[in-house]
Amino acid sequence: MSAEKISSKIWKEVPEADNPFAASVCYCSGFDVYGEVLPKAGWIEYLYLLLMGERPSIHQTRLLELLAIALANPGPRDLSVRAAMNGAVGGSNNASNLIAALAVGAGGFGGSRELVALMQIWSKCGQDIDLWSHYLANPPKEERRDDWMHLSHVPGFDPYGASRSKPVQQILDCLASVPTAANVKWLQRNVSNLETAVDMPLSMIAVVAAACIDLSLDYNQGEMLYLMLRLPGAAVHALEQKKMGWRKYPFFGDAVELLDYPHAD
Amino acid sequence: MKGPNQLHQCEDRWQTRMGAAMLPKRTIFRGKDLHQDLADWPWIKLYIYGITGRIFDEADLKILNAIWVFTSYPDPRIWNNRIAGFCGTARSPASLAVAAALSVSDAEIYGGQPLLNAIKFLESTVESISNGGSLSELITSELKQFRKIAGYGRPKASSDERIKPMLRFLRRLDYQHGPYMDMAFKIESLLLETRRRMRLNYAGLVAALCADIGLSAQESYLFVVPIFTAGFLPCYIDGVSHAEGTLFPLRCERINYLGPNQRSWD
Repeated sequence: MSAEKISSKIWKEVPEADNPFAASVCYCSGFDVYGEVLPKAGWIEYLYLLLMGERPSIHQTRLLELLAIALANPGPRDLSVRAAMNGAVGGSNNASNLIAALAVGAGGFGGSRELVALMQIWSKCGQDIDLWSHYLANPPKEERRDDWMHLSHVPGFDPYGASRSKPVQQILDCLASVPTAANVKWLQRNVSNLETAVDMPLSMIAVVAAACIDLSLDYNQGEMLYLMLRLPGAAVHALEQKKMGWRKYPFFGDAVELLDYPHAD
Repeated sequence: MKGPNQLHQCEDRWQTRMGAAMLPKRTIFRGKDLHQDLADWPWIKLYIYGITGRIFDEADLKILNAIWVFTSYPDPRIWNNRIAGFCGTARSPASLAVAAALSVSDAEIYGGQPLLNAIKFLESTVESISNGGSLSELITSELKQFRKIAGYGRPKASSDERIKPMLRFLRRLDYQHGPYMDMAFKIESLLLETRRRMRLNYAGLVAALCADIGLSAQESYLFVVPIFTAGFLPCYIDGVSHAEGTLFPLRCERINYLGPNQRSWD
């Protein structure tokens, strides 16, 4: 037998006596998942344990739960949710519809890449408003990618916003009520200054970034969480549109204007 | 209980005739040295060889290539292409755009599923006719049961703009219709006499061509997995080259709400 193994601090399995390919007991960071975690923990507590390797405090649980609720459904106008619906109305399978949501939701416009960029700034600036002012004017470029993928706007702000939207304010205020949400509270105190510095209203991504920092997540963890937590809305809207069908779904039939083609109808 | 014996046998052991990368010396692809024997193969020849293990001649490869070319539409209104466009406008990587658009292309109203249904219908019809069945009765029965015939009719148009150009292309190749192509057009002739007046669509045409080339239903289905791919990246590039988030934005009023009235959580 090969000596190659998957190394993990997260997961340990004890095999069944009669089957080395079936687990009898599974431990997540030392806790018996199906013997103890399942009957005693909440979903958010387990999610935090998976991410961080330790049980969350009451406040960490509350903050992560509020984040999960805030992100659960970006709504049917969101590009990632629309991608899932686009697949669903054509009768594509559910897995591919969620793949579509993940793909579109991974980008730099309202997607997980924007969150990563903002968390990277946050790790440099912390709660120093002067540093923030400097970095907001000079956001870091991603060296790995070509020019297309550089962020087109300052991360954490809405490039098409006229003012801070009510849900963003509500999410900010709600998450700031968690006693240990120090960065969210800082954001709440400084939001007007930040908005003035970039001449754009705050977007939800900024609140999410602050909450992720308060949960001690690194930017990779934040990105994964963001991608996962926005899927419920994509899933249910896809299911709904699958039933309604393509005939009731926007096709934008007259919306394409073909330029520079002499034979266009 | 079956038990894990089969897993035991496969532990650290995968037997295959598909090939392997023997780094750093060579890579074997279905019995051939990829870099020595297949270096000047066009990609589509490699792709269909990978699926079938058979080598197709130039004439068949031209048809298979055309099947892909004719349906690569760089139009973001089409459901799978729009996902690639959304990836561009949302500034996601190109690989995700292609992967996501490709993944939804196995859809009920376009792509692999209509093709698979069309080829199965054609195969069963050809077999039934050869056993003395009546074509008109078969069509009537199919319409009665399913209200449609796989390979005929279209979601957004009454005819298919790919059919005539493909037939012209086949004529330029001096292609002789095989039994499945003949059957496909016989079925269309009968359908045009019915109230539904459904014409052969591209899935039906492709199904017939693939069957006449000698592909099985499963091989045809696998062959068309990437069929729309060349249209994805133009939609993606277009999304990237326009201002972010500007591909068909929707205002709040564009949600036609049909659910319960406002109510309190408490």
